[in-house]
Amino acid sequence: MNRAFPILGILTAILLSYALYVALVVAPTEQTMGDVQRIFYYHVPSAWTAFLLFFINFIAAVQYLVRRNPSNDNVANWTLITVAVVTCIASLVIAVVPALKEAMPKDVQPSSIGTTGVIIAAAYFVIRKFFSVEAVDALAVTTAEVGVVFCTVVLVTGPLWARPVWGIWWTWDVRLTSTLVLWLIYVSYLILRRFSSSGQTPVMAAALAVFGALDVPLVYFSIWIFRTQHPQPVVGGGGSIDPRMLHVLLMNWLAFLCFAYLVCWSRYRLEIMKREVEEAQALESLLEPRSATR
Amino acid sequence: MPTPTGITRATLRKDLRLEWRSKDAVNSMLFFSLLVVVVFSFSFDPNAEESRRIAGGLIWVAFLFAAVVALNQTWAREIRNQVLDAYRVSPAPANSLFLAKAIGNFIFVSVLEALMTPLFIIFYQLRALGPTWQLLIVAALGTWALVVNGTFFATMSLRTRSREIMLPLLLFPISIPALLGMVQATTAILIGEGARVWIALLLSYDLVFTTACLVLFETVLNAE
Amino acid sequence: MTDAHIQSPPVVVVSNLIKQFGRFAALRGVTAEFSSGKLYGILGDNGAGKTTLLRTLAGLNRPTSGQVTILGAQKFHDVCHQVGYMAHPSLLYDEMSGRENLEYFAQLYGLADGSRCVEAIRAVGLDPDLTRPVGQYSQGMRQRMSLARALLNDPKLLLLDEPFSNVDIHSATDMVLLLSHTRDAGKTIFVVTHQAALLEGAADEFVWMQDGLIIGRTRDLKPPEGAN
Repeated sequence: MNRAFPILGILTAILLSYALYVALVVAPTEQTMGDVQRIFYYHVPSAWTAFLLFFINFIAAVQYLVRRNPSNDNVANWTLITVAVVTCIASLVIAVVPALKEAMPKDVQPSSIGTTGVIIAAAYFVIRKFFSVEAVDALAVTTAEVGVVFCTVVLVTGPLWARPVWGIWWTWDVRLTSTLVLWLIYVSYLILRRFSSSGQTPVMAAALAVFGALDVPLVYFSIWIFRTQHPQPVVGGGGSIDPRMLHVLLMNWLAFLCFAYLVCWSRYRLEIMKREVEEAQALESLLEPRSATR
Repeated sequence: MPTPTGITRATLRKDLRLEWRSKDAVNSMLFFSLLVVVVFSFSFDPNAEESRRIAGGLIWVAFLFAAVVALNQTWAREIRNQVLDAYRVSPAPANSLFLAKAIGNFIFVSVLEALMTPLFIIFYQLRALGPTWQLLIVAALGTWALVVNGTFFATMSLRTRSREIMLPLLLFPISIPALLGMVQATTAILIGEGARVWIALLLSYDLVFTTACLVLFETVLNAE
Repeated sequence: MTDAHIQSPPVVVVSNLIKQFGRFAALRGVTAEFSSGKLYGILGDNGAGKTTLLRTLAGLNRPTSGQVTILGAQKFHDVCHQVGYMAHPSLLYDEMSGRENLEYFAQLYGLADGSRCVEAIRAVGLDPDLTRPVGQYSQGMRQRMSLARALLNDPKLLLLDEPFSNVDIHSATDMVLLLSHTRDAGKTIFVVTHQAALLEGAADEFVWMQDGLIIGRTRDLKPPEGAN
């Protein structure tokens, strides 16, 4: 385990350097915005990474709440299997029935519904297999912290991009504003974790994470309605993307993911070790009360 | 065995009776609401044309202030003598307690809103160009959105340091879609545009979060 | 009345109960059985784990590990209507009168009529028609009213945590007398207290705790071997 870390570190360093090179030099210059547009290769992968981390945090939160009770755990497992199966069937049905296919929104493929369902279920079960109930909470705090960092990058690169291009620091565009709200929710999550007494922290934080996850679609939708009524410039580029740019984007995302993994791994190890120390101290207090510090 | 609705009603009646008796707290809240409106009037010059456009936002920010002060008092009486222990030990379901507190807060905040609204209308010379009855729906849905999550987070704050700052700190980010909905709906009605889609948003928000609160309240109440 | 030949099942069974608050182990593996119809005095220094044990029995704490069985049930909530709990804070609303308080808590237990409230208040030696809010009571009156609240649902098991704390001697002895009568009627009572002398003659057994463990059980007030 420990040997893999430096190897991954070197690999990540190489990937990041290469990604930097392709982003700044190899990628074609954008027509209207010029070189400023290259910030896109930092803005978008950071956002995707942050969302992925927050998604994992949400699953960790649900698992923490559910797995403490065996009957709830069972219900949850079956619910997820059902979700995966139902979404796949829904995808098939929509793809086959022309009337339903017409009714889908323009950019959404029918198969994406099934894929999403399966991915959510798969992520749930993978996490469930590799993390015990206590470890799941350590995973939650890790992904929340690293997620907030990446989210901050998104919120900083957004205005840095918007200012030279549109002359304004902030646009109330859907994705940027949703990211801001997500950032606010997770910062409040971290503050809650710090301010609550240690026995109750995992439960309360998990409850807040669930609330946050329920909030996200509502945030997105509410800002989307607002924007259709008050149109604003879109940060992050809409519409189709040149394949050469897509290549660079994915390269950067891969590098960011490796970096995120590295940071999460360190943070997670730190958290687990901290908990092991606490458990050892608790065990000591259990066996020898008079020598333990009160 | 006790019925859940019976307990909600009994708890609500008890809380209302206690609020009525300790008129000090109620009176100071009412006066605070009045102050908020006056301060806003000085800070945001109510020139007739602009006022109608920003009034939607102003009035809801003022309501939010008042709501936070009221919500921080949710458990004040229970904390004093650890009454919550007596509740947890009894067979009464936790959700009955939650609903009673949320409804109580809803009533209290609505009273504050009912006091602040005429003052806003007077200071800002407001006239609704759209249907007024829709404003009542927006007020109800919006207030419930703040109060249901506020009561839940007030319960979470019981177990944290800096209790009074924890409540708004948790409530504001989560409430952003609802706040946007309330403000936009109110503004739309005041300037005579359609608010249907915003009302739909508020309704969805209320349904989603009322469910979430009811599902998770017992867990949070009994977290130790 | 308990017949020595009839074996009634133990009302409380605790098996290797461990409760940790972070690094501090409040209960370090408590194992004991308690039979019904007895008044137990739980004694020990501060930090011995008495309150933690009582709160765990009352379902207010989840054990870190170990088993607790109360009135035959693993989950407290299954038998909560047969348990009464009282602590050093009054668990009452300061702004209401005693009777109003009890009438509210009666509803939590599904007791429809107010006669139980009046009975309970009279049983603890207070006046049911007193309109003074509980916040203005003396400590003795307040603890008596709190006991009335605990007795409201006619519980089989009473859990009392420091009921005599800061209470005048007259109220305290009255309460002990009431508890004796309650025990004689077949109820099981646990009293955590620092004022062991009050229970002398009334308690069936004294349970001595130290550093999160039960170190001995005696019939009289002589501490067992190894106690501080």
